[in-house]
Amino acid sequence: MRFSPLLRSSMLALGVASFALVGTPAFAASVPEGVTLADDQTFTYRDLDEFSSLDPQIIEDVSGSDIARDLFEGLLNQDRDGNLIPGVAESWEASDDKMTYVFKLRDNAKWSNGDAVTANDFVYAWRRAADPAIASPYSWYMDLMSIENVADVLSGDKDPSELGVRAIDDLTFEVKLTTPLSYFPQMVTHATTFPTHQATIEEFGDEWTRPENIVSNGAYVLTEHVPNERSVRERNPMYWNDAETVITKTTALIINDDDAALTRYLAGELDRTEVPTGQYPRLKEEYPDQAVSFPRLCSYYYTFNLSENGPEAFQDVRVRQALSYAIDRSVITENVLQGGQFPAFTFTPGATAGFEVPDVPFGQMTQAERDAKALELLAEAGYGPDNPLAFDMIYNTSEGHKQIATVMSQMWKQKLGVEATLGNMEWKVFLETRGAQDFQLARGAWCGDYNEASTFLDLVTTASGYNDGKYSSAEIDALMEDAKTGGDATANYTKVEQIMAEEMPIIPIYHYTRVMMMDPNVLGSWPVDNVEQNWYSRELYRVAE
Amino acid sequence: MISFVVRRIGIAIPTLLILVVFSFSLMHLAPGGPFTSERPLPPQVLANIEAKYGLDKPVPVQMFNYIKDIVTKFDFGPSFRFKDRSVNDIIAQGFPVTLTYGMWAFVFAVSIGVALGAAAAIFHNSWLDYLAVGISIGAQVLPNFVMAPILVLTFTLWLGWLPGGGWNGGQWQNLVLPVIALSTSYMASIARITRSSMLEVLNSNFIRTARAKGLSNFRIITKHALKPSMLPVISYLGPAFVGMITGSVVIDLYFSTGGIGQMFVNSALSRDYSVMMGITILMGALVIIFNMIVDILYAWIDPKIRL
Repeated sequence: MRFSPLLRSSMLALGVASFALVGTPAFAASVPEGVTLADDQTFTYRDLDEFSSLDPQIIEDVSGSDIARDLFEGLLNQDRDGNLIPGVAESWEASDDKMTYVFKLRDNAKWSNGDAVTANDFVYAWRRAADPAIASPYSWYMDLMSIENVADVLSGDKDPSELGVRAIDDLTFEVKLTTPLSYFPQMVTHATTFPTHQATIEEFGDEWTRPENIVSNGAYVLTEHVPNERSVRERNPMYWNDAETVITKTTALIINDDDAALTRYLAGELDRTEVPTGQYPRLKEEYPDQAVSFPRLCSYYYTFNLSENGPEAFQDVRVRQALSYAIDRSVITENVLQGGQFPAFTFTPGATAGFEVPDVPFGQMTQAERDAKALELLAEAGYGPDNPLAFDMIYNTSEGHKQIATVMSQMWKQKLGVEATLGNMEWKVFLETRGAQDFQLARGAWCGDYNEASTFLDLVTTASGYNDGKYSSAEIDALMEDAKTGGDATANYTKVEQIMAEEMPIIPIYHYTRVMMMDPNVLGSWPVDNVEQNWYSRELYRVAE
Repeated sequence: MISFVVRRIGIAIPTLLILVVFSFSLMHLAPGGPFTSERPLPPQVLANIEAKYGLDKPVPVQMFNYIKDIVTKFDFGPSFRFKDRSVNDIIAQGFPVTLTYGMWAFVFAVSIGVALGAAAAIFHNSWLDYLAVGISIGAQVLPNFVMAPILVLTFTLWLGWLPGGGWNGGQWQNLVLPVIALSTSYMASIARITRSSMLEVLNSNFIRTARAKGLSNFRIITKHALKPSMLPVISYLGPAFVGMITGSVVIDLYFSTGGIGQMFVNSALSRDYSVMMGITILMGALVIIFNMIVDILYAWIDPKIRL
C-alpha cells in the first residue's frame, strides 16, 4: 500500500469503526520557518487552451479545474503531497458497512457574498451534477462515485431530489453509496463535487460564472476574464483561512503555442510553462533550477482492435505479445521524448497510490531477450518472411505521436519484418473512428481521474464505455468487481496487470511526466509530489530573491 | 452609379446565402460532433444536450432555424463549447481585437508600401530603387509564421523592449509585434505593385507631355502620375484588408491576442458548430463587402468600369 499516512490511518479506522478528524490545524500555505517572502506575491502561468466553463458541475478540462480549485472549496482538499486534508468539511465519518458517509462542515466557511456555506449548498450542487437537464459532460463522475439512485437520476427515471445525498442539518452532509468504495473520500476533492450558490445560479442562469456575477466559496474570486486571453483571480476576504493565504493574485494566460510560451517564460512574462517535446535536456542544462520533471498519473498505449471488426491476426495472443515485446520503450522515452518519462510494461503508472507495479515477466527481460522472443512468437503464429504480417495503425494528429508511431513501425519492420501503415486523424475524427471499432491498432492515452488504480484498470473491463479495443476477460471483470466491493484491491490490481501482461490487449508504451519550467522562487511551494497535480494557489508562496 | 451599387448589393446577398448553406452542410458532414469526447456521454445525457441545442432535428431543419434566427433576431446561437457565452458574445469580444491590429497593419502596409514603391519608381535604377526592391522581396519571402518568432526573439528575449504576446486591453506595446508580423508581406506586395504601375505611368505619353510643358517633377508626380498609378493598388487593397483580418490565424495563435482567428481554428477543431458558422459568415460578409467597395471605388476612379 502506498497510501498517504493520513489516508492509511483513515482507512484503518474505517475498517474498525468510524473515523473523525478533529482539532485539525490550518492547512493553507505552510511557509517554513526562515523563509523570507517576496514583496510581490503574484503568480502568472500559461494554459494551453481556454477552459470551456468555470461552473464546477460542468467543468471537464484540467485548465478549468485548476481555476475551480482556487475559486471554490469542496469537502476535502489535497495537500502538497496529495494527502487528504479538510476543506469545507472539518471531519468525516463512514458507517461500518462503508455505505454511508457523514461530513461535518466547518461553521466559518462563507461564500464571497458573505452567506454561510451549508450542507444544502452541497446537496444542491451534487443534484445538479447528476441532473440530466444540466447535461453535464462530467455527470459520469457522479456515477463513478456510486451514489444511491445516481443511475436512475442520470437516465431521467428518477428526480434529482432522489439522489442519495441530504443535509441532516446546516453543517452535516450525508451521502449514501451503493458500493463501499474505499477511495470515496478522495473523490470529493474533484471539482464536480464543489458546492455552488443556488441563488446566484438561479438569478443569472448560464452567465453566473462571469466575473461580475460569480459567487464562490474558495480562497480566491474571479476578477477578470478575457476569453482566450487571460483570467485573473484575486483573494477572497470572506475565505475562512484568508489570513494564512499568501499569493494575492493568480493570472492564467492562454498561449496555444508551446514555443511562444517558452520564449515568454524566458523573457520573464510567466512563472510557469510547459517544456516543448524534446527540449528538456537542453533546458535542464541551461536552467538546472527551473526545469523540472515529475511523474503524472497518465499512461500512453496502443490498443488492439479485438472486436469482430478487428484483424484476425490480433485474435492470436502470440501476435499481440510479439508486437509488444519488440518495442524498445527506452528508445522512445530517452531518445524521442527526453523528459524523464517512464518506459511502461503495465497500464497503471507506478506512481498511483495503493498500486505496486508487478514484476510482469516481459518487463524483466532485456530488450535483446524480448526481441528474440518476439520473433519466436510471431513465427509460431505463422508469420514470417513468406507470410509477412501487415496492419494499419492510427493516431491523432500531432508531431509527437507521429514520431512515436514512426519509431514503433520501424522497430517492427527491422526486428520482425512486420509492415505497419501509419495513419493520422484529426482528434474528433480519430475519436469517432476508434469508438466505432473502425481501426486495427490505435493510439490511446489515459489520465487518472482520481489517485487509485481502478481509474485505469476499469478501462479494460467488458462494461467500460472507454474500452475501444473491446477486450473482454471474465476474470478481470470479476477481479475489478471484487476490488470495489471490499476485496483486497491492491492484490486484485496486481493480478489484473499480470493477466494483461499475458493477454496483451494493449501495448503499454510509457507513463507520463509533467515537464515544466518554473520560477525557482515559487518552485519550493509547488506540489511536485502530488501526482494528480492538483494545485491550489493558496498553498503557494513566492520566496524573496 | 446608383444602379451599379444596387446591382452589386443584389449579387452580394445570394452569395452570402450560398456560403451559409454550403458551410453548414460541410460542417455537418465532418465526422465527430461538438459532444464527441474520449469519454462517451451516457445516451440519456447526450440526448438531452442534443435536444437543448436542437441537434436532434434533421440538418435542413437546423439550417432553416439557424438562418431564421439570424435574419429575425440577429442571433447566431449559443456556443456549444463555452457554456456561459453566445456566439454574439464571442465575436463581440474577439473581433475588435482582430480589427484593431488588422487596421493598424493595413495603415502600416499601405503607407510604407506606397511610399517605398513610389520612391523606387521615381528614382528608378538608383540605389534607392534597389534598396526598396530588396526590402520588399525580403519581406515577401518571410512568411508571418517565421516572422513572428524572429520578432519575438529579437524584441522580447534579446532586447527586452516589448511583450512577446498577449493583448492586455490593446496597449500599444502589445500591438507593435503583431502589426509588424502581419503587415510586412502585404507591405511588400503593395510596394511592388506601386512601383511597376508607377513606372508604367511615368513612361506614358501624357507624362511626357507634362514634362514637355515644363511642369515641376513634384507637380507631375502628385498631380498627374499618382492617381492613375493607384488603380492596381486599390484593386489589391480590398482583398488585402480582408486578408489581414481573416488571415490573422497565425498571428492570433502565436501572439495569443484572443482574436477571432484563434477562435475560428479552435471552434473547427472542437466542432463548436455555431461559433464556426458565426465566424464563417462574418469573414464571408467581409470579403463580399470589401470586394464590393473596391468595385465601387474603381468605378468612381475609372468611369469605363461602370459600363
